[in-house]
Amino acid sequence: MSAGPGLEPLVDQMISVITNDGRNIVGILKGFDQATNIILDESHERVFSTKEGVQQIVLGLYIIRGDNISIIGELDEDLDAHIELSQVRGHPLKPVIH
Amino acid sequence: MLFFSYFKEIVGREVVVELKNDLAIRGTLRSVDQYLNIKLENTRVVDQDKYPHMLSVRNCFIRGSVVRYVQLPPDGVDVELLHDATRREARGG
Repeated sequence: MSAGPGLEPLVDQMISVITNDGRNIVGILKGFDQATNIILDESHERVFSTKEGVQQIVLGLYIIRGDNISIIGELDEDLDAHIELSQVRGHPLKPVIH
Repeated sequence: MLFFSYFKEIVGREVVVELKNDLAIRGTLRSVDQYLNIKLENTRVVDQDKYPHMLSVRNCFIRGSVVRYVQLPPDGVDVELLHDATRREARGG
């Protein structure tokens, strides 16, 4: 049985990670392991709120522990370029409750 | 192993995965692994206006540990067959 989450095709690509505490972190996938621990380069957090547009906070190089990851999405950069984040309103995501 | 095998059978079908943070994502099942981690293609968040976090994501990996439900296609499950298989597995063989 092949081990690992099979994220090889996403290495060096922009990904969007949703963590168990409801944060959304966008960055370039540099590495991962069988526990879904990941290394993200040039990362930033996108903070969604219902009152104002999306805030972006620069984070830099990050390691996220697999335990704390809900979703790893392949960010379509064309789609992303057409979204005016300062106009986007949204509810903050709820934390994961096991 | 049983549900791993089952999910492998419905690869290519459309499912809705509901997460333990109440997010629900509709997409085509692309793959599943032994942890029941799920890969979806052509994803849409069900309540996209409320949760626009994945507007520019069309393919995603969902960690098995955060999945609450997987809504299956109506004809995607042979209930009798799955019943028998779960009972066999519960008996240990």
